[in-house]
Amino acid sequence: MALKMVKGSIDRMFDKNLQDLVRGIRNHKEDEAKYISQCIDEIKQELKQDNIAVKANAVCKLTYLQMLGYDISWAAFNIIEVMSASKFTFKRIGYLAASQCFHEGTDVIMLTTNQIRKDLSSPSQYDTGVALTGLSCFVTPDLARDLANDIMTLMSHTKPYIRKKAVLIMYKVFLKYPESLRPAFPRLKEKLEDPDPGVQSAAVNVICELARRNPKNYLSLAPLFFKLMTSSTNNWVLIKIIKLFGALTPLEPRLGKKLIEPLTNLIHSTSAMSLLYECVNTVIAVLISLSSGMPNHSASIQLCVQKLRILIEDSDQNLKYLGLLAMSKILRTHPKSVQAHKDLVLQCLDDKDESIRLRALDLLYGMVSKKNLMEIVKKLMTHVDKAEGTTYRDELLTKIIDICSQSNYQHITNFEWYISILVELTRLEGTRHGHLIAAQMLDVAIRVKAIRRFAVSQMSALLDSAHLVASSTQRNGICEVLYAAAWICGEFSEHLQEPQQTLEAMLRPKVTTLPGHIQAVYVQNVVKLYAAILQQKEQAADVQAAQEVTQLLVERLPQFVQSADLEVQERASCILQLVKHVQKLQAKDVPVAEEVSALFAGELNPVAPKAQKKVPVPEGLDLDAWINEPLSDSESEDEKPKAIFQDEEQRHAKQRPPEADEQELARRREARKQEQANNPFYIKSSPSPQKRYQDAPGVDHIPVVQIDLSVPLKVPGMPMSDQYVKLEEERRHQQRLEKDKRKKKRRERERRGTRRHSSLHTESDEDIAPAQRVDIVTEEMPENALPSDEDDKDPNDPYRALDIDLDKPLADSEKLPVQKHRNTETPKSPEKEDIPVMEKKSKKPKKKEKKHKEKEREKKKRKEAEKKPSKEKKKKHKKDKEERTKDKKKSKKKTPPREGVAEPMENGALDEDPLPPMSSYCLLAENSYIKMTYDVQGSLQKDSQVTVSVVLENQSSSFLKSMELNVLDSLNARLARPEGSSVHDGVPVPFQLPPGISNEAQFVFTIQSIVMAQKLKGTLSFIAKNDEGSTHEKLDFKLHFTCTSYLVTTPCYSDAFAKLLESGDLSMSSIKVDGISMSFQNLLAKICFHHRFSVVERVDSCASMYSRSIQGHHICLLVKKGEKSVSVDGKCSDPTLLSNLLEEMKETLAKC
Amino acid sequence: MQFMLLFSRQGKLRLQKWYVPLSDKEKKKITRELVQTVLARKPKMCSFLEWRDLKIVYKRYASLYFCCAIEDQDNELITLEIIHRYVELLDKYFGSVCELDIIFNFEKAYFILDEFLLGGEVQETSKKNVLKAIEQADLLQEKTENVYHSKSFIVCKRAY
Repeated sequence: MALKMVKGSIDRMFDKNLQDLVRGIRNHKEDEAKYISQCIDEIKQELKQDNIAVKANAVCKLTYLQMLGYDISWAAFNIIEVMSASKFTFKRIGYLAASQCFHEGTDVIMLTTNQIRKDLSSPSQYDTGVALTGLSCFVTPDLARDLANDIMTLMSHTKPYIRKKAVLIMYKVFLKYPESLRPAFPRLKEKLEDPDPGVQSAAVNVICELARRNPKNYLSLAPLFFKLMTSSTNNWVLIKIIKLFGALTPLEPRLGKKLIEPLTNLIHSTSAMSLLYECVNTVIAVLISLSSGMPNHSASIQLCVQKLRILIEDSDQNLKYLGLLAMSKILRTHPKSVQAHKDLVLQCLDDKDESIRLRALDLLYGMVSKKNLMEIVKKLMTHVDKAEGTTYRDELLTKIIDICSQSNYQHITNFEWYISILVELTRLEGTRHGHLIAAQMLDVAIRVKAIRRFAVSQMSALLDSAHLVASSTQRNGICEVLYAAAWICGEFSEHLQEPQQTLEAMLRPKVTTLPGHIQAVYVQNVVKLYAAILQQKEQAADVQAAQEVTQLLVERLPQFVQSADLEVQERASCILQLVKHVQKLQAKDVPVAEEVSALFAGELNPVAPKAQKKVPVPEGLDLDAWINEPLSDSESEDEKPKAIFQDEEQRHAKQRPPEADEQELARRREARKQEQANNPFYIKSSPSPQKRYQDAPGVDHIPVVQIDLSVPLKVPGMPMSDQYVKLEEERRHQQRLEKDKRKKKRRERERRGTRRHSSLHTESDEDIAPAQRVDIVTEEMPENALPSDEDDKDPNDPYRALDIDLDKPLADSEKLPVQKHRNTETPKSPEKEDIPVMEKKSKKPKKKEKKHKEKEREKKKRKEAEKKPSKEKKKKHKKDKEERTKDKKKSKKKTPPREGVAEPMENGALDEDPLPPMSSYCLLAENSYIKMTYDVQGSLQKDSQVTVSVVLENQSSSFLKSMELNVLDSLNARLARPEGSSVHDGVPVPFQLPPGISNEAQFVFTIQSIVMAQKLKGTLSFIAKNDEGSTHEKLDFKLHFTCTSYLVTTPCYSDAFAKLLESGDLSMSSIKVDGISMSFQNLLAKICFHHRFSVVERVDSCASMYSRSIQGHHICLLVKKGEKSVSVDGKCSDPTLLSNLLEEMKETLAKC
Repeated sequence: MQFMLLFSRQGKLRLQKWYVPLSDKEKKKITRELVQTVLARKPKMCSFLEWRDLKIVYKRYASLYFCCAIEDQDNELITLEIIHRYVELLDKYFGSVCELDIIFNFEKAYFILDEFLLGGEVQETSKKNVLKAIEQADLLQEKTENVYHSKSFIVCKRAY
């Protein structure tokens, strides 16, 4: 041993340490991968040594390599070894490595439970600290459950250093093990008033995080936090608390009112930008939740906007960005306050930083009104021209379209302008958003009837210049607009000035280079055009012209017939035949126009995008009960997009009488006036009689903002949008003049002309009359449309589990699980049925300990653990159960009381000399690769099922995978296999085993008769993989179902036991074993443990015992100890079972 | 905070700390993506960006980028403050810190971070306390290490 140590330390001198490794990597820049793989080989050698210092060094290097992206999960076990080193130096490295590379999928993580527990209770605060820090990174649900109680105890540690860490890690524990929240919460709340500011702030942190996810459960803490907020001077804490209030106020508006004052005070007084920003955000949240009912909230809004303006004007890009971000929140509820700062926002559009420009764009979206839309879009268009980089330009493009099309084109007064904007956008090269522009063109042309003539003229111009579009931008999306152009020209061909010219444009050979779906639309719309031209020519009785058109089609269509695109080909050949037929008819002087036009008769109506979703469930399809009441008609009408302009469509049977409409409008206008009156930013218009929408143009007053227009070069046929801006200004000016005139007249009439008039009048939005009488066709919706009720809650949200009521008093059952005596049998949960389940929660702690019982180190620890509780239990011996439960409640260890469950080892208590650790797992089979031990457990709820838990331990240096277990079923016992597999199929083991690791798998067997023991032959097959390669291996075993394995430890009271014996329907049998030297106490313990009995009563050297089989047989024993012998008398409802059981018992006792 | 990354101007990762459980693959993917995005940004740009459903807050100190991912409601400015505070701590500990200090003593950099943040939350706002804790832990480490060294030295002597 000493020599080994010496060797280890000498070796260590030649080992690379971390610095050498880092240096080495830096020196091997060209062949880094090779160098590192060499290093990893060295590390593997180092890890094989016994010297912990060498191992720690190796693990430290591995941690570095992990950061560089190398997989080190194979060393997980070594990391655990280093974690359990007694020296802090190594422990620290071990925990660091674990926190960097362990995650929930790391299977060895469950081996750490005891180590971590030991470290948590270490006398050195740094050991505890390092364990807590590590745990915070890799806590799993199992670890959380097993350690929750330990951590909770640490929350009251004497050292604040530990307390604050324990408090913080509790949050992670709650997330992984939500059941711990209620039991731990009172203590957490206590920590809000901890004398140490660090602990206090930790508690604030945790509660704020919790409350942010599920605010309603924390409302009752509001007064406490309010106190903290007004007293604390720590900005870190203040920010958290204020954030918490932001989450609480939507639920409790009164809280919001109370908050405004202290928050505004903070806004005024603080110099910390982070705190200021948090306050502003929370004030905004408060105001949003209040929205109305706060008389002076405009002052607060004003303050926020002012402060944000300061942020935006700051030279610090970060503040600018955040200012804009917060501004957009205000915009949602108080657009008017933000609109006053339009200048600032527009200025930000010129910022160097793209993210700031994008934020400003977001803001613009909400700032547009009828009045300023054209101006803003004009500004954006200049940015589009200037923008470098397609991403930002594309963003601008989508924003322009968003801004214009928002709320059903609410802000557009002149659709000709909008169409020309769209046309201008088509000149953008390399944009991906051609389809967006196309969709807008279609939408506008279809829904705004009045614009169709203009749209068609623009589109035909586009088609005419199509060679420009198509040639240079074939690869990008802009040619998509041709799709829209072709369709519009075809569908609304009656508006075309020169249809013939357009038709020719659409039949140019260049067209065939367009994408297939666009060509298909071309072909289809060529016919529409053709139909229109025929009609026109026939009416004019111009037979020759009609025939010429037909001839043109016959000549040009074949180029489409040859298309590789099926759709194009099909349509073209179809139409070609049609046209040829028409040609024949024309030759015979038959009028054909009527019939060709009939192909395209009728109008296409737009369908709302949500229409399909809103189709109500048909009557016949009864879903038993309504979840919601069926909707009334009025509600469904509200769901429809509101048309701003009068809806002239006759489709709606129930149109409101116009009077009601006007009344409604008047009412709304009144409400708006009221709102404007309360708004300091709103510059009131001079009192003028209200006018109605329908009041046609000319009743308006409009300010004149002279815009200096650089006269753009006019492209023939392509009007510039700028012109429209100018025209619009003129038009509005005209309107205003007329209105003024009228007003003046009226005033004179009313003899009120002495007053100053229209000195500062700005028109309100709704005063601007649209240039065209525009009808926006509403999209069609099915009748009785249902509102969409999307559930926006994500069922996978990890925070949902923490939605727990914390005000309810704690129930007895809500206690944190505590470490239990290792031999304490907890019952298997009854719902164990399906094919191999890994482990049941309730018994995990016990299992885990058993699993690595072979390890010397573990054993020692367990013995220590055994000693403690056994002292406690001495007192309890022979007391009946109620008393025990009470006792436990009083004692610090809070074992949840379980009904009808006894802990057998308690009965056989370890009074005198403690037994060596016992295990119910016995060897199943073993070879050089793997060792299998197993245990059979039944449950009273399943009378013909037992669960076999097999612990598989990898004894080799190979990696074992694809393990599969199979047995040869007998008539009496069968392995439960997954559904759909045959009796010859094996059941896969749900894990893989790295070298030196063990894990447990469970298999369910169905048993017919339990009175006899039986053996099943089986095989475990697996693939062993090591450096040389992988081999297929097998291990045969015999699974022994003893009669004992069908027993379930069941407690029995002495009176019930006596009754059972008296009943007389039990048969009896007995055995006697000689040569026993073991104490009676230990003897009973052995019977209890190995044969699953519980002691009913014990008098001197005589004891009565009881157990029950899974099929409900009662088994009663009377055990008597003589000088050197033991006799056992048994009574049981089944004689065969009893005699078999006693035989098995005899074997056990013979070993004593 | 969901995670913190430190990387160099060349895109080499210098330190990573994850406060949410993710698989190695996912971590690598995120790291690669973020390093690329952040390095592509111009120096005059603001320190925040929206990424997936998170907010990224980063700051460059000399040749190193410090990059944190926070959730939607978190405060960006306080995150910058956290980054700054961490840099100050490194500076105090190493004495005007440089990238090489962090490379060669990366475990120390982690220890300092662990004393400052825990589970993604600030655990100690006082610089003095953080440094005190680290110094004492180091002292503990040195003590044991010295004992070890002297022992092994004696053993070595004897062996020869």
